[in-house]
Amino acid sequence: MKTNPLEVARLVAARDLRLAFRKPSQLLQPLMFFMIVATLFPLTLTPEMSRLRDAAPGVLWVGALLSSLLALEFLFRDDAQDGTLEQFALSGQSLTWMLFAKTCVHWLLTGLPLALSAPIAAMTLGVPGSAMWSVVASLALGGFALSLIGAISAGLTLGARRGGVLLSLLTLPLAVPILVYGANATQLAIAGEAIGPPMYLLGAIAVLGVTLAPLAAAAAVRIGLE
Amino acid sequence: MATWTWFHRFGSPPYMYGFARRWAPWFGGVAAFAMLIALYGGLVLAPEDYQQKDAFRMVYVHAPSAWLSLMVYTTMAVAAAVGLIWRMKVAHAVAAACAPVGAWFTVAALGTGMLWGKPMWGAYWVWDPRLTSELILLFLYFGYMGLRAGIEDTAKADKASAVLAIVGVVNVPIIKYSVEWWNSLHQVASVMKLGKPTMNWDMRWPLLLMLLAFTLYFAAVLLIRLRAELLRRERNASWVREVVT
Amino acid sequence: MLSVAGLHLWRGERHVLRGVSFTAEPGQCVLLTGKNGAGKTTLLRAIAGLLDPEEGQVQWRGAAARANRDEFHSEVAYLGHEPPLKGDLTGRENLHYSIGIRRTLSPDEIDAALARTGARDFADRAVRTLSAGQRRRVALAGVLLTEALLWLLDEPTTNLDADGQQLVATLIEEQLARSGIVVAAVHHSLALAEGRLTQLELGAR
Repeated sequence: MKTNPLEVARLVAARDLRLAFRKPSQLLQPLMFFMIVATLFPLTLTPEMSRLRDAAPGVLWVGALLSSLLALEFLFRDDAQDGTLEQFALSGQSLTWMLFAKTCVHWLLTGLPLALSAPIAAMTLGVPGSAMWSVVASLALGGFALSLIGAISAGLTLGARRGGVLLSLLTLPLAVPILVYGANATQLAIAGEAIGPPMYLLGAIAVLGVTLAPLAAAAAVRIGLE
Repeated sequence: MATWTWFHRFGSPPYMYGFARRWAPWFGGVAAFAMLIALYGGLVLAPEDYQQKDAFRMVYVHAPSAWLSLMVYTTMAVAAAVGLIWRMKVAHAVAAACAPVGAWFTVAALGTGMLWGKPMWGAYWVWDPRLTSELILLFLYFGYMGLRAGIEDTAKADKASAVLAIVGVVNVPIIKYSVEWWNSLHQVASVMKLGKPTMNWDMRWPLLLMLLAFTLYFAAVLLIRLRAELLRRERNASWVREVVT
Repeated sequence: MLSVAGLHLWRGERHVLRGVSFTAEPGQCVLLTGKNGAGKTTLLRAIAGLLDPEEGQVQWRGAAARANRDEFHSEVAYLGHEPPLKGDLTGRENLHYSIGIRRTLSPDEIDAALARTGARDFADRAVRTLSAGQRRRVALAGVLLTEALLWLLDEPTTNLDADGQQLVATLIEEQLARSGIVVAAVHHSLALAEGRLTQLELGAR
C-alpha cells in the first residue's frame, strides 16, 4: 500500500532528525559561528553599549543570515552525494512535500536554536531584556523564511562548482525582504514599540515561501540530479 | 494553427539566426536615429527644471536604463520559462543572451544615478530606494550569470538558471516593496530621493522617445548576441557549417 | 509493457544515446552491454526519468512515462552504481526510511528481505562500517522490498563475491517469474536461464 503523505513527511523528518543527532557536533557549528560574528562587531566598532544597541538589529540579523547560509550546506549536500536524494525523486511520492519536510526539520535544527540562543548575543550588544522575546520571535520566523528560500538555492547549486559561495550569492538578494522586516522588528522591540507591522510582513513572506519555495526547490533538485 | 507555425519557426535555431541577422541592423539603426532626436530634445530643447536646473537632464539616460534593467530581467525570465516549459533551445539562448545586457543596463542606471546624485546633494551614493533596488537587481543578475558559469553542461545550466530567473522575477516586486518600506521608515529630512521633476510635455516627450530608443537598442544588441549564442550552442549542427562557409 | 523508442540523448557535447529502441514484456530481462562510456548508465537513468532525452520516448503500460511520473516511479526500483544508503544509519534503518516512504512496511518484511539477500547478520551495524559488498546486499534487499514491477539495475554485481553474483542472478530470475521486468547493465554475463533474455549492445556504432 502506497504510503500516505503524512507518513511520508513523518518518515523524512524522523530520518533527518535521527541523522542529525548521530552527529550532534554539526548542529553546534552554525551556532558558534553566529556567536563569533556577533562578537566581531563590538571588536570592530566600539565597546560603547549605546552605540552597539543601535547596531544590534543589523549585527544580529546579518550574523543570523550568514550562519544560516553555512547551515544550508547541510540541507541537501549529504543526500545528494550518497544517492538518497535521488531515491526520494524516484520514490513516486511528491518531492515537493518531502523537501518541505526536510526544510522544516532543517529549521528546527538550525534556525530555531539560533533564534533561541540569540538573546545571549543580543545581551552583549546592549539589547534590553524587554526586547528579548521579540528578538527570538522575529529571528525564528525570519529564519524559517530563510530556510525555505535557501532550499531553492541549495537545490540549484547541487551540480555547480564552488557551490558554497554560489549558494550565498544566490540567496542574499532574495533574503533582503526578510532582513529588512526582521531587523525592523528588532529595532522596534529595542525602542519598546509594538512589532506588529514588520512581523505580519515577515509572516506573509513565510506563507508565500511555504506555498512556492518547496515547488521551486523540487524543480531545482530534479535538474541538479541530471 | 497559424500561431503555432509562427511559434515553431521561432523555435528553430537556423530560422532565428537568419531573423536576427536581418533585423538587428534595422533595430540598431532606428534606435540610433531615435536616440539622436531624443537627446537633442532632452539636452537642447527641453527647458531647465525649476529646482534641479540642468542636472535633471540626467533623467534622460538614468530612467531608461533603470526601466530597461527591469524589462530585460523580465524578458530573460519569460524566455527562460518558455524554454523550461516548452523545452525550446532558442528560448534558453535568448535568456542567456539577455543577462549581460541587462546587467550593463543596471550598471548604467547605477552609474548615472550616482552622477546625478553628486551635483544634486553632493554625494555619489545615497541610499535612495530606487538606487538600492537597482543594486540588488545587479546582484540578482550576477547570481544568474554565476549559476550559469558554475554548471558545466549547457542544458543543465539552462534549466537551473531558468528556475532561478523565475524565482528572481517573482521576488523583484517583493524586494522593491521592502526597500521602499525600509526607506520610508528612515525618512529623515536630509534623506534624498532621486525623483523625477514634475514634467511638462516639452520635457516628457524626449524621455518617452529615449525609452523607445533604448528598447530598440536592447533588441538590436539582443539579436546580435543571440546569433553568437546560437552559433556557439549549435556549433556541431549542419546548418552552422553552411552559414560559416 | 516497457517500450523505449528512438531515444537520443546528449551529455554536453557527446551524443551518448543514438536512437536506442527496445521493448520488454513481463517476464523479460534486457541486458545492456557495451564498453565503458557506451551509455548503459545513461540509458538506465533516462528510462528512470532522471535524465531528459532530447528525442524519443519511454513508454510504460502504453503511456508516456513522463506524463504520469509518480505512478511510473511507484512501479520502478532503480539501483545505481553506489548503493543509496546513509552511512550513519544501520541497514535496517535505511530500508525502513527509504522504502517506508514508498509503501507501508512491517519490520518482519524488512527482516525477511535482509535474510533473503544475506544481509541480516550485519543489518544492525552502521552502514559506514560495512564493506562495499555488504552495502550492496543491503541495497538489494531494498530493491526486493519495493515490490516494484520494473527493476533498473546498474552493474548489480559490483563488489559481490561469487555467492553474491549468483544471488543477483537468482533474484532476477525470481523477479521475472513474478512477471516483473528487469533492465540491467552488466559488464560480464549473468548466469541466467536463456529464453527470457534479450541482449542490447550499446555504443556499437
